[in-house]
Amino acid sequence: MNIIVCIKQVPNTADVRIDPKTNTLIREGVESIINPFDTYAIEEAVRLKEKFGGKVTVISMGPPQAEAALREAISVGCDEGILISDRAFAGSDTWATSYTLSQAIKKIGSFDIILCGKQASDGDTAQVGPGIATHMDIPQITYVKKIEEIKDNKARVERLVEEGYEVRETTLPCLLTVVKEINVPRLPSLKGKMKAKSAVILTWKAADLACDPKKIGLEGSPTKVVKIFSPPPRKGGVKLTGEPQEVVDKLIELLKNDLPGRV
Amino acid sequence: MDNIRVLVDKCTGCKLCVKACPFSAITIVDKKAVIDLAKCNLCGACVGACKFEAIELKKTEDSGQRTELKNYKNVWVFCEQKKGRIQTISWELLGEGRKLADRLGVKLCGIILGSDIAERAQEIIERGADEAYIVDEKELENYLDEPYTNVLVELINEYKPEIFLCGATTLGRSLISRVAVKIYAGLTADCTGLDIDAKDRNLLQTRPAFGGNIMATIITPNYRPQMATVRHKVMKEAQAGKGRKGKVITKKFDKKFYASRTKLINMVEELEQTVNLCEANIIVSGGRGLGCPENFKYIKDLAMSVGGAVGASRAAVDSDWIPYSHQVGQTGKTVCPKIYIACGISGQIQHLIGMQSSEIIIAINKDPDAPIFNVATYGIVGDLFQVVPLLAKKFKAVCEK
Amino acid sequence: MDYLLNEQQIMIRDLARRIAKEKIAPVAAEYDEKEEFPWPIVKILSDSDLFGVYIEEKYGGIGGGVLELAICTEELSKACGGISLCLAATALGTYPIILFGNDEQKQKYLPDIAKGKKLAAFAITEPEAGSDAGSIKTTAKKEGDHYILNGTKQWITNGGEAEVYTIIAMTDKAKGARGASAFILEKGMKGFTFGKKEKKLGIRASATRELIFTDCKVPKQNMLGKEGMGFIVAMKTFDKSRPGVAAQAVGIAQGALDLAVNYARTRQQFGQAISSFQGIQFMLADMATEVEAARALVYSVCRMVDAGAKNIAKVSAMAKMFASDTAMKVTVDAVQIFGGYGYMRDYPIEKFMRDAKITQIYEGTNQIQRGVIAQCLIKEALK
Repeated sequence: MNIIVCIKQVPNTADVRIDPKTNTLIREGVESIINPFDTYAIEEAVRLKEKFGGKVTVISMGPPQAEAALREAISVGCDEGILISDRAFAGSDTWATSYTLSQAIKKIGSFDIILCGKQASDGDTAQVGPGIATHMDIPQITYVKKIEEIKDNKARVERLVEEGYEVRETTLPCLLTVVKEINVPRLPSLKGKMKAKSAVILTWKAADLACDPKKIGLEGSPTKVVKIFSPPPRKGGVKLTGEPQEVVDKLIELLKNDLPGRV
Repeated sequence: MDNIRVLVDKCTGCKLCVKACPFSAITIVDKKAVIDLAKCNLCGACVGACKFEAIELKKTEDSGQRTELKNYKNVWVFCEQKKGRIQTISWELLGEGRKLADRLGVKLCGIILGSDIAERAQEIIERGADEAYIVDEKELENYLDEPYTNVLVELINEYKPEIFLCGATTLGRSLISRVAVKIYAGLTADCTGLDIDAKDRNLLQTRPAFGGNIMATIITPNYRPQMATVRHKVMKEAQAGKGRKGKVITKKFDKKFYASRTKLINMVEELEQTVNLCEANIIVSGGRGLGCPENFKYIKDLAMSVGGAVGASRAAVDSDWIPYSHQVGQTGKTVCPKIYIACGISGQIQHLIGMQSSEIIIAINKDPDAPIFNVATYGIVGDLFQVVPLLAKKFKAVCEK
Repeated sequence: MDYLLNEQQIMIRDLARRIAKEKIAPVAAEYDEKEEFPWPIVKILSDSDLFGVYIEEKYGGIGGGVLELAICTEELSKACGGISLCLAATALGTYPIILFGNDEQKQKYLPDIAKGKKLAAFAITEPEAGSDAGSIKTTAKKEGDHYILNGTKQWITNGGEAEVYTIIAMTDKAKGARGASAFILEKGMKGFTFGKKEKKLGIRASATRELIFTDCKVPKQNMLGKEGMGFIVAMKTFDKSRPGVAAQAVGIAQGALDLAVNYARTRQQFGQAISSFQGIQFMLADMATEVEAARALVYSVCRMVDAGAKNIAKVSAMAKMFASDTAMKVTVDAVQIFGGYGYMRDYPIEKFMRDAKITQIYEGTNQIQRGVIAQCLIKEALK
């Protein structure tokens, strides 16, 4: 089975904070990690390879340092890593990104399944996975929490929805986006890390992918960011002190005031 | 091509731009700012931050419109249905859509796909739509990516709406992403604010980024329709105006548009026997401060005393103290209740994102420096194991009156 | 302090550190309380390739030496000095095979041990033979193609859980120091049983059992080296494993120190963090310096051993003694810094104090180590 995993290197947003004094982002010392949802996609891909045999190719569109993310993916079992990097891609929104990644996948050639994390923790749009599926004109199933069976060129999966889950089936080739309920990603092994260190990571530029220059980067992106600002901080209110019973009584009085007739 | 550069003689290496850049694209080399063009998204945050006007951002003329903007008119709202019932997110979108349509002086239209849904048209009109488009086919009874995408693409190409809104639900996000790529339109996800730019009639789409640490305003100047998804409970529902009149248009398409390479085999419901978190007016949430899964009974008791729902922080869910369906926050649910009571929750930004638009936030935590107190309307520094039961008792007494 | 580790050593350190933090630390208290053997952790370590850090590549290992093993043991011990023993004690049980095994024996046992599929244990101690290892009473009588073993071994780490055992038994009492031999035994051999699991003060996640040999028939192919080499096998094995025990002690000490520093920063008394009081500051400074000194000594000894140095007995004893005495002192001070909370089992620090004690006792008590150091000093002075 040929599996392609699309990953993104993101800043560790769990560590990104607002400086309360200046109301701006504090980004110093924030390390770059593989987008957490992508680690589940990588793990699932490696598990599929272990079950069915085949190859896992991991790709990422990003600046040169995204190579570290690809090596990390190789250290847990991916076979090959390809970095898609070019200044021309800078400023891409989700349309241009999914277009670029699709061009890369077309260059890789045949595949059975494309796996993506459900969304990236910096953009949070969840648009690139379905975007790739559309550019490639292949079926998709999003929010996959379990791959039940792959047989006769079809995949049957469980899909997480608000009220519970659905069981859906798709023909192959297809694209699946996965949620964290699907597996527990493994830690790298020493041999994996050594393999990753010496692995050759291919880098493909816009020219290598025969991209239409009108469809990539800032120029190819329909959406444009016009303003970035700090959210107005929600101010803290009243702090209640005293013995527990006192505090509770005070609180109820305040609420009666705020919500007449309700409490 | 847009051009950004550092005016080296003006730059003092003060690092204000480094701190402002959301993409880590600026570093200081030999006391001067250097912008990594591969990372730069030309958002201009650094230009604003620089006190010495040492960064120049030249926006060259756009390569031009990709679509004939003037041919696109009206605001469309995708009304999501499940088992034939329209989901309340649709009323929120119609509420917001009405405001936008009025600002632009155009029509508000609702579109619904499904089977046996002809009667839903009137509901859509009553919630403020001037026109309701119905595609009523057996094949569309349940959501399938390809048929729904094909139908929407056909409709958009035929009727050319200038704005298209959809709920940021599992269905909405899967569907609209496909549509946007197919028709080469700009799509902004999870908008918390929508407005019209008076000058050029562009839709101003505001959304959080970087886990909610910054807000970005986005436009789609050269492409139509301008597409946006909005999360549940962020906008206000449109009120139902009984007997309101409007136009109903029923569409049918060739069977080939309903072809699907995926199949829905089964639906398994896994709702707990408690109030649906997103619909609740009062939510009581528990976090790491509870210490162990058994202590969630404090939360459940308090929630029951006010007929509220039980929520949880990610820490509690990750420790397996309570199922994920209760998680409130960036990777959980966004909630907007009248009262949100956070017990033993420190208030990390990822949690705040999920509940900070609650009308009243009450925080109970033994750590006086917990960040939750910065957003709490009423903060109680104390032992939740004492305060919560007393609160539950008091609420029960008051509710019984 | 920068120990100028090479890339592979950094890789080992970072991976062991990550496993310690993400997988071992969250469950350490539970395993200690239940005194259960951490098989799930064994699986994780097995998947990570860490079991093979000191085993040659041709047998499936990573090809590192004693320093790599020490780095790995130290990182794992920071999270739990008991859980780390599943790997560290396996190394002790495997070194006899590495140092004295013939090709056949290495091919048979090393690959599975390197993969973490089989654990190992080393057995010399007996009820009547602790520091006085020379007075072991377990016998191995030659009978045709076999040796028949009779006797008991006591307090064997990994006993009952390991598959592979390297045993020292007397083949000819009359020959004194040349009267013992080393054998490889496997769990399940007829006549090889285990006593009850011991209940210990610390390192409770580690399994300690008696080994009982009742006319246990061991094929002669399982002898390591030649008849009479038993004590030499033991000595050479300890030379390799002693830095590992020292590393375990350094890890326990560092783990306790980290907890103490964090606690001091957050605990408020008299309106300020207790870390602002000189009394506490001076304690922490002393603790940190001692741990660093211990680490530096251990790493230096490891480098000497890996470089093939001959006269390592003295410095090796110094490292083990200093590191374990440091661990005891640092963990006691850490409990003190925690105050009342330090005494409560609900808080993690008292476990570190209980775990540290054994490092002063096993693999040669610190009294024996001092004896060795003194004797080496005197011998050197005579030259």
